Amino acid sequence: MPRGVGLGRLAGYPARAKEKLVQVLYGKPEIDQALRRMARQIGEAMPPGADIAVIGIRSRGEFLAQRLIRLLETYQPNGIPSGVLDITLYRDDLAEMGPAAVLRETLIDFPISDKYVVLVDDVIYTGRSVRAALTALAEFGRAKATRLAVLVDRPARELPIQPDFFGWRTQPNDGLVEVKLEETDGVDAVELP
Amino acid sequence: MKEAKTREPATPAAPPKPKVKGSRSTSRVSTGRPKGRPAWHRQHLLGIEELTPREIVHILDTAEGFAEVSTRSIKKVPALRGKVVANLFIEDSTRTRTSFSLAAQRLSADVLDFYSQGSSLSKGESVRDTARNVEAMGVDIMVLRHSAAGAAHYLARCVNMCIVNAGDGQHEHPTQALLDAYTIRENKGRIEGLKVAIVGDIAHSRVARSSIWCLQKLGAEVTVVGPTTLVPKGFTSMGARVAHDFDEVIPDMDVINMLRVQGERLESQLFPSLHEYTWLFGMTPERLQRAKPDVLIMHPGPINRGIELASEVADGPQSSILRQVTNGLAVRMAVLFLVNQAASTGR
Amino acid sequence: MKTIVIKNGRVIDPSCGLDQVCDLRLAEGKVQQVGKVDHTCDRTIDAQGLIVAPGLIDIHVHLREPGQTELESIETGSAAAAAGGFTTVACMPNTDPPLDDEAAIEFVIRQGARANLCNVLPVGAITKDRAGKELAEMGRMARAGAVGFSEDGCGVASPAVMRRALQYVTMFDKPIMQHCETSEIAGDGVMNGGPTAIRLGLPGLPAMAEELMLQRDLTLVAAAGARYHVQHVTTAGAVEMIRQARASGQRVTAEVTPHHLLLTEACVATYDSNYKVKPPLRTAQDIAACIKGVRDGTITALASDHAPHSVAGKELEFQRAPFGIIGLETALAMYVRALIQPGHIDWPQLIRLMTLGPAEILGLDKGTLQPGRDADVTLIDPQRTWTVDPARFRSKARNCPWNGEEVTGRAVLTIVAGDIKYCADADQGRINH
Repeated sequence: MPRGVGLGRLAGYPARAKEKLVQVLYGKPEIDQALRRMARQIGEAMPPGADIAVIGIRSRGEFLAQRLIRLLETYQPNGIPSGVLDITLYRDDLAEMGPAAVLRETLIDFPISDKYVVLVDDVIYTGRSVRAALTALAEFGRAKATRLAVLVDRPARELPIQPDFFGWRTQPNDGLVEVKLEETDGVDAVELP
Repeated sequence: MKEAKTREPATPAAPPKPKVKGSRSTSRVSTGRPKGRPAWHRQHLLGIEELTPREIVHILDTAEGFAEVSTRSIKKVPALRGKVVANLFIEDSTRTRTSFSLAAQRLSADVLDFYSQGSSLSKGESVRDTARNVEAMGVDIMVLRHSAAGAAHYLARCVNMCIVNAGDGQHEHPTQALLDAYTIRENKGRIEGLKVAIVGDIAHSRVARSSIWCLQKLGAEVTVVGPTTLVPKGFTSMGARVAHDFDEVIPDMDVINMLRVQGERLESQLFPSLHEYTWLFGMTPERLQRAKPDVLIMHPGPINRGIELASEVADGPQSSILRQVTNGLAVRMAVLFLVNQAASTGR
Repeated sequence: MKTIVIKNGRVIDPSCGLDQVCDLRLAEGKVQQVGKVDHTCDRTIDAQGLIVAPGLIDIHVHLREPGQTELESIETGSAAAAAGGFTTVACMPNTDPPLDDEAAIEFVIRQGARANLCNVLPVGAITKDRAGKELAEMGRMARAGAVGFSEDGCGVASPAVMRRALQYVTMFDKPIMQHCETSEIAGDGVMNGGPTAIRLGLPGLPAMAEELMLQRDLTLVAAAGARYHVQHVTTAGAVEMIRQARASGQRVTAEVTPHHLLLTEACVATYDSNYKVKPPLRTAQDIAACIKGVRDGTITALASDHAPHSVAGKELEFQRAPFGIIGLETALAMYVRALIQPGHIDWPQLIRLMTLGPAEILGLDKGTLQPGRDADVTLIDPQRTWTVDPARFRSKARNCPWNGEEVTGRAVLTIVAGDIKYCADADQGRINH
């Protein structure tokens, strides 16, 4: 049974005995609202006539990207190319991961050279995943411009990388925020374990 | 699909997802670390016999991830950057060696080639000494092909490098079996429940042995076909069915893998002539007519046109021979990547 | 040559059925008294808890001299034998050059005497140069001291040559000792033929190769009436053939090695060349048949087939490595493991298989402790456990499959012609000077 659904912004919601205490910050309605807002911001920020492409960073970024694409349809009615990027091979801690590194497929089957690429991920913390994604993306060509959209920005940067569009920004000492999505976890939630 | 239980942090099952090529329905946190034990922890790939089905599937899935690299304009990823891969081919094979070479280069590794054709192998030096010399140069992964069965297992005991077996005598040729399985899965969508025939000189074939293990572990039914002198009954102990009448077997098969007939077998008089062999066991257009319409015809190469495989069949729509070569690259990239990852935490 | 009294030991002498705790007196290189003995002597040995047996005899060893002394020499081989409790060994003629004439036989005897650690008895080749074509001078070799004839390393391929050899050798009353292997069937086999060889991708050496030559030889033996000894028997079929030949009155004998009583073809799966041997390791059923053959007297001798190779020589891929396992220093313990511990035979039977049995095959006046016979005595501690450490072997070679294993049973004192040739370290205290 999923936790924390439909309770919105409630503090201190202990789920069940023997489970870790989880605080649900935002639920499905808030996430949908945030995504609609981000889509609007993206659409307005793009220069007129721009060719937008949306690429999601595996795993949850992939599904957020798909949701954003649906919301961006009004801005580019003849379709928005979508791709998915697996950053495993570009991580700076690949060697340390050892056998835990699991490679999945990257799929960008359109040229990016004249596109405005929006990279999408669920959370940005240190910025290392995004750096890896930018390196990976560079293998596919030179995009006209690259923008970063994340659902949650937790400022704990180890690199000078900032999102262009975000749903929420948490406080530095808020702890490890976790995003769950229906497509991967069965529920939409932003949680604080 | 598990129900979340009270004892575990709830990981509710994923609902059916939109079909994206290559995606798998495992739940992951966004750092890319999967839950549970890593699927691959081996520093060497010595054979298929010792692998679990889960490990084999993991190699194939990883290969899917690498297959895309070959479609890019810059066909490189930094996975093995700074690592050195050495090909030690005591028994040379240009096509397997170049396939491994290219795979290593696509992973950004530095590649060294030692093969018997050139003078790069010292005369009279034992393979153990050669391997240890190679290791002393700072090589991380050694791809070994040797004419003695068990050579890879033997060297894995002598050195600390990762060892990938590219063929040890008549024993195993794991990457060939894996790329064959990948090709079958790509073509048919699955391997479980398929009927696969391997035809030819089974007794002397490392490809046959590796394939028998690989396909069985993935749930296929394997039949080995050939003359009684080249397909002894003993292969039933490996779980395969033994047949000597090719025509009888053909109509049931989903996949037919034709093996190359070697001239040496003719010299040792294991069958009287190539002519008779082709008449009994060659894949001709007539035989193809009696197979299932969507049968997959495979061959590890190089082909003896007109002997085990007729030209029209080799070039026809059911043939996957060129796909096998392409897939071989992705599979070998996956193997090099996985053994390197397994070894990297140990260092 | 001192006078030695060995007291309180369990004296086992299979030649007269003796098995009791009593004393033994050795003087002037001979056994003087058994039972109640005169206790004045130069040396007393307290053999309490030990078995006092006739000196052990190994009728199948390779000493590699002349020609390959980097692998082993008669001296190091003799030292290994003494350390294993053997007072007499018969060494095979597949040296370089082979032992195919009088001079070579005399050379080996001289070298053995010079090493002065055990009795070294040469076995001569059947054909010149071991080429399988022309008979070697068996008469002169016998006169020079050869105790039998063998082509070991291979068998005599030609039926005509074998027939002639069996006829000829009857003039000298020596046995022909055959390494049964039909080379055309064996081909390039490196392990037992069968499903395991198929799985491992190694060329197989089927049981048929051994049995086919044996079958041929038994027909020839019946016609010639010669003494015929089957070396290192390994297959169930071969044991049965020998059983029937003996039952029908043929003078056929057989030996078996320690590794063919303990190890199966499954060991080869590691591709470790320490398991590469000819004849190859076979199946569990073959082992069971050999054990049965030992129990019912079909097999009357145990022999090590001690086959030394250099470390570099064996450090090769399985298919390229040479065949052979050493055994002089571990044989006794391995026979204990294979035959005594599981309860297949008892100590008197084991002693017989290692003394009187081999002596009878070669027609030697040894393998017994009766008064007047040579003072070749081995003291055995049947309970002693020790760890096999090839680095401490007296043999030059290290190709042993039991490296590091803990085993039970050890020769602690080896006496040849009344002189102590080997004493296991911890037992120094038993010898009173």
